[in-house]
Amino acid sequence: MAITIALAGNPNCGKTTLFNALTGSNQFVGNWPGVTVERKVGKLKGNKEVEIMDLPGIYSLSPYTLEEVVARTYLITERPDAIINLVDGTNIERNLYLSTQLMELGIPMVIAVNMMDLVEKGGDRIDTAKLSGKLGCQVVEISALKGTGIMNAAEKAMMLAKEKKVGPPVHKFSVRVENVLERIESKLGSGIPEEQKRFFAIKLLERDDKIAEKMAFVPDVSPEIEMIEKEMDDDAESIITNERYVFVSSVTECCYKKNGKGKLTVSDKIDRIVTNRWLAFPLFAVVMFLVYYISVTTVGTWAAEWANDGVFGDGWNLFGLEIPGIPALVETILNRAACADWLQSLILDGMVAGVGAVLGFVPQMLVLFIFLAFLEACGYMARVAFIMDRIFRKFGLSGKSFIPILIGTGCGVPGIMASRTIENDRDRKMTIMTTTFIPCGAKLPIIGLIAGALFDGAAWVAWSAWFVGFAAIVCSGIILKKTKMFAGDPAPFVMELPAYHMPTVGNVLRSMWERGWSFIKKAGTVILLSTIVLWFFMRFGWVDGSFGILEAEQLDNSILAKLGGLFAPLFIPLGWGDWKMVVAAITGLIAKENVVGTIGILFGFAEVAEEGEEIWGILAGSVSAAAAYSFLIFNLLCAPCFAAMGAMKREMNNAKWFWFAIGYQTALAYVVSLCVFQISVWVSAGTFGIGTAAAIMLVISFLFLLVRPHKESRRLLWEQSLRQQY
Amino acid sequence: MKTLREVPCGRKGKVSRLTGEGAVKRRIMDMGITKGVEVSVRKVAPLGDPVEITVRGYELSIRKADAEMILVELLPEEA
Repeated sequence: MAITIALAGNPNCGKTTLFNALTGSNQFVGNWPGVTVERKVGKLKGNKEVEIMDLPGIYSLSPYTLEEVVARTYLITERPDAIINLVDGTNIERNLYLSTQLMELGIPMVIAVNMMDLVEKGGDRIDTAKLSGKLGCQVVEISALKGTGIMNAAEKAMMLAKEKKVGPPVHKFSVRVENVLERIESKLGSGIPEEQKRFFAIKLLERDDKIAEKMAFVPDVSPEIEMIEKEMDDDAESIITNERYVFVSSVTECCYKKNGKGKLTVSDKIDRIVTNRWLAFPLFAVVMFLVYYISVTTVGTWAAEWANDGVFGDGWNLFGLEIPGIPALVETILNRAACADWLQSLILDGMVAGVGAVLGFVPQMLVLFIFLAFLEACGYMARVAFIMDRIFRKFGLSGKSFIPILIGTGCGVPGIMASRTIENDRDRKMTIMTTTFIPCGAKLPIIGLIAGALFDGAAWVAWSAWFVGFAAIVCSGIILKKTKMFAGDPAPFVMELPAYHMPTVGNVLRSMWERGWSFIKKAGTVILLSTIVLWFFMRFGWVDGSFGILEAEQLDNSILAKLGGLFAPLFIPLGWGDWKMVVAAITGLIAKENVVGTIGILFGFAEVAEEGEEIWGILAGSVSAAAAYSFLIFNLLCAPCFAAMGAMKREMNNAKWFWFAIGYQTALAYVVSLCVFQISVWVSAGTFGIGTAAAIMLVISFLFLLVRPHKESRRLLWEQSLRQQY
Repeated sequence: MKTLREVPCGRKGKVSRLTGEGAVKRRIMDMGITKGVEVSVRKVAPLGDPVEITVRGYELSIRKADAEMILVELLPEEA
């Protein structure tokens, strides 16, 4: 008989660590609330019959945030056989608040008090036996990180699941509330099992419409609600929340002994510096500089050069041993096998070149991922959100939007996924729409190519790319928040600041590998396929009226040229109406890493290094500096790669919003590139044409949208109207 | 009676009432800010907002606009 055990608990209480320990799986654990954004399933180590479900971290079973709705919908409708409720021992009061709600579900439950080692180290004591008695449910002590007690917790849960016995929850609220609940329970009718009655009674009292929708029979409880609200002078939802905390406080008072009073913890001491009034921003700048300096310029460059010029180039040196590059190796093999010329071309110029361009980029990404994983795991991300909130709110985002954007500098896909922790729907959508404006790791080669080919490798090109990306986020925020779609008040920004801790090496490496691996997988699948298709489209075409394979100098007749030519006129105002550039931009949709590789192939090079040094000269000869910069801007801002688009679609969960986001990104990219090209041509060459006039018009209307007066609606009005709808 | 916003850094307040309603209020209460609980203001963010508070033994960051919804009784300074 298969058993499903769900892991539930507050964000950041160690659920994913426990999940990994129980299943032997490799999920990344970060130290900011909300790392698990989707539920994950694994099999218990040593017992394939038992399925472990890792739910997103929640503070409550309220109907207000996406994660809470995901978690509670699962718990209510799919009803796992047992719950392990993970409780952070260092933060027991707030954690037990959720426990009181979970216990009402009528599902067998074990409470596992986590981080017991930290509790003891701090000199505090938790009396788990007493706790168990007070809560009417089994309590075990564990340390998910060290693996102590975890199997005990799992076995207890399995036993409970087999017994299938659950009594009604033992915790009681004040007499007045209990009386009302009793009356509601009696109205519920026989359709609801005894052990779940209390849950539904409470939800009805709280006016939780989402639960009411799921009930076959909804009794009218408005007289009860009215009575209790009048009697206790508060709204019913708050009354219940209050009652829960009163109960929890009474429990912790007798089971929890705190030792160190008023002592500054290490975390406090770090925070004194990290969020210090004067030091916070300089420190943040230094951290960001170090991350990018190391991963992009020093170690990153070294790693990328090794991968591109060595492994995918002319070969490299291992302790004096000459190891040939992969292209040369493949060529030798193909020559030996007396392979047909066209097939050799497909494999070398198409597949090896395209995939190599992507893979050559992996070492640099891995270095970047190590840093991001470290920052996530140690607890710094939450502090960044804390110090940045004031700024981001001005753009219609929240401090939490910074986490997705920061992760987005590595890769947009996890960045977009991280937006789930933002409670407010409006802020979240805005974050999803704007996160990919920031240059992700895969866009760095494009920057390198353009900077190298046309700007003598000037550092300002890279910096301006960051600036443009950031400015796009800021301006989009300001413009969009004034539109009807995003009208409303800023959402509450309530965020836990977790204690710092040193990330484990395994955890950091795991995160690095997980993200790096998805890149490599992409290279082996989507990119490999697209290079093959691209190669065929490029090598086949019509010469003198007959369709066939093309010679190297006949590429202008290829299918690809025809396709690119179809779209090319659209991009003439942007300065790069050449079909080759257009095709490069289109292949960028498959993966941004593709752009450089495609340009390399189209300009007739079998293999280009990451930043395409070989084609710098040719590229400089075929496009102007203004056009190249406009090409760069377009590729930075337009719709992201398919993988990121997929993430956007999933997170928006709404086709209309998804297409609006893609359309907005592409339109913005087009407008900005057009303005950049037209105005720089006007300034440098002095030619004024229709394009210039259009660009100036666009700039003026853009500025208008940016500064147009906007009446901030008064806070709470929006909330009220939302409530009145029900 | 003061709002939590007016509590100076380093001081404590006892929550006496929460104004506002709906998702915002529920969120704040879910985090443990309920009637009768002691809240101490730890720090103001470098740009003046949000503030960091300690409630029920953990650190929470909350915007000043939201802190305005929390009415507190200022507790005397500890020696």
